[in-house]
Amino acid sequence: MISLIAEVVNSKGIKLDRLENLEVKRGTALVKRGFAHMQKHGVIMDVTSIEQAQIAEEAGAVAVMVLDKLPYDVRKAGGVARTASLKVIEEIMDHVTIPVMAKCRIGHTYEAKVLEAIGVDMIDESEVLTPADEERHIWKWDFTTPFVCGARDLGEALRRIEEGASMIRTKGEPGTGNVAEAIKHIRIVNNEIRRVKSIYESGDQQELIRIARELKVSYELVEEVGRLGRLPVVNFAAGGIATPADAALMMNLGCDGIFVGSGIFKSEDPLERAQAIVIATTFYDDPEVVAEAQKMIDEKKSMIGMDIKTLELRMQERGTS
Amino acid sequence: MRPVIGVLALQGAIEEHLAMTKLAFKDMGIDGEIIQVKKSSDVGRINGLIIPGGESTTIGRAASMSQLLQLIKQRISEGMPVLGTCAGLILLAKSVYDRVLGKTEQPIIGLMDVVVERNAFGRQRDSFEADLDIPIIGDKKFKGVFIRAPAIREIGPNVEVLCKLGGVIVAVMQDNIIGTSFHPELTNDSRIHQLLIKKVRLL
Repeated sequence: MISLIAEVVNSKGIKLDRLENLEVKRGTALVKRGFAHMQKHGVIMDVTSIEQAQIAEEAGAVAVMVLDKLPYDVRKAGGVARTASLKVIEEIMDHVTIPVMAKCRIGHTYEAKVLEAIGVDMIDESEVLTPADEERHIWKWDFTTPFVCGARDLGEALRRIEEGASMIRTKGEPGTGNVAEAIKHIRIVNNEIRRVKSIYESGDQQELIRIARELKVSYELVEEVGRLGRLPVVNFAAGGIATPADAALMMNLGCDGIFVGSGIFKSEDPLERAQAIVIATTFYDDPEVVAEAQKMIDEKKSMIGMDIKTLELRMQERGTS
Repeated sequence: MRPVIGVLALQGAIEEHLAMTKLAFKDMGIDGEIIQVKKSSDVGRINGLIIPGGESTTIGRAASMSQLLQLIKQRISEGMPVLGTCAGLILLAKSVYDRVLGKTEQPIIGLMDVVVERNAFGRQRDSFEADLDIPIIGDKKFKGVFIRAPAIREIGPNVEVLCKLGGVIVAVMQDNIIGTSFHPELTNDSRIHQLLIKKVRLL
């Protein structure tokens, strides 16, 4: 019972195969978006090593996201940020039972191809890495592996879905430990969805077409958003989440789950913090449980945050077309 | 008795199961209630339970933080009907191992006499959909959605096989417990959910 809107039914990513004499289909929107649905209400944690991946699994993460450097360190290091070493990704896949995701550069089809070849469970076409093509994102329908992409507003989200993304996340401002931008992005998306829904319910098709043109996406996608009153794929929060209360807030704003980047492993209490963020995400609607989770961490051990206004690099402005 | 179906609402495809249960009630033309089971106090209110797909380690850990896992185990052992899909099947199984990592240390309910292999069909790129024959729900094929799915490798004497994918067992029933490797909540077909509701109505 999930939306399959905008699926390219004859895409290269769909593979027909036989399993024990039964015809099976891999890489369909149902199978790819379905994977994202299994991550809901969970926490996906950025990791750079086997040890961090095992801490994440132990803490109850639903998946790990492998990258070469945590977003905070990407900011510090400067230069070009690329996909992680395949050897590290493969080692992590051999050491945890939960799904292993990895990031590739925006528009870098071949980083994505190699990640698919080694068998990562989901690819994040991410603004945390240096974009390879600002004009065009990857055509994700060509892949059997599902993709997640960042978005700051409804137009970005729907354009990514039209290109084949099976999951969306807010961009926020990665590596800052500052949740403000993630809040801003989910509010924008929510407000735009509310507007589309009310127009859909009023039956004003012409206005929906006008919105589709404004957002540079197909009419059918806008109509589906109106019908569902939400994005047609799973939508997580990401970019600046550092504490259990941050996670609970994002869940209460309607996100389906949480990505934590630098927030855990740039803190001084990673295991406790990872556990606490998982608890707060699960029980986001119960302030007493979230308070218990918040007690598990020490604010003195949180990563030092950054004020968005003084940033030299705004990762969220990458890959918006 | 008016059926009250609970969906274990810690992690995974919770809303999808809530919607499918609603559809199953509608398809059966009966009046039933659906609630989310998140706290120990919710367990007493239900007379049937669904354990959704998601990550079994995450769901098991969250359920064992409180008395929830223990209370659910008690109700199931007393005969409360339960449906476990994918991660839910893993949590119900007596014994679990991972295809690559071997024996897993994870909290489980462990009441179904089956041995389950996690990630048995491979990683996400190997995930698939296939039309299945499940005689107990009728002749019409059922769309099986297998996502990093587990397989049932051994079954005890009281376990009935509901569906096989070639030689691999992918759906089973043991008295009040139903387990599937696949995700009926991702389809539009409520027949597996109806099977659970029928069990609840027989109580």
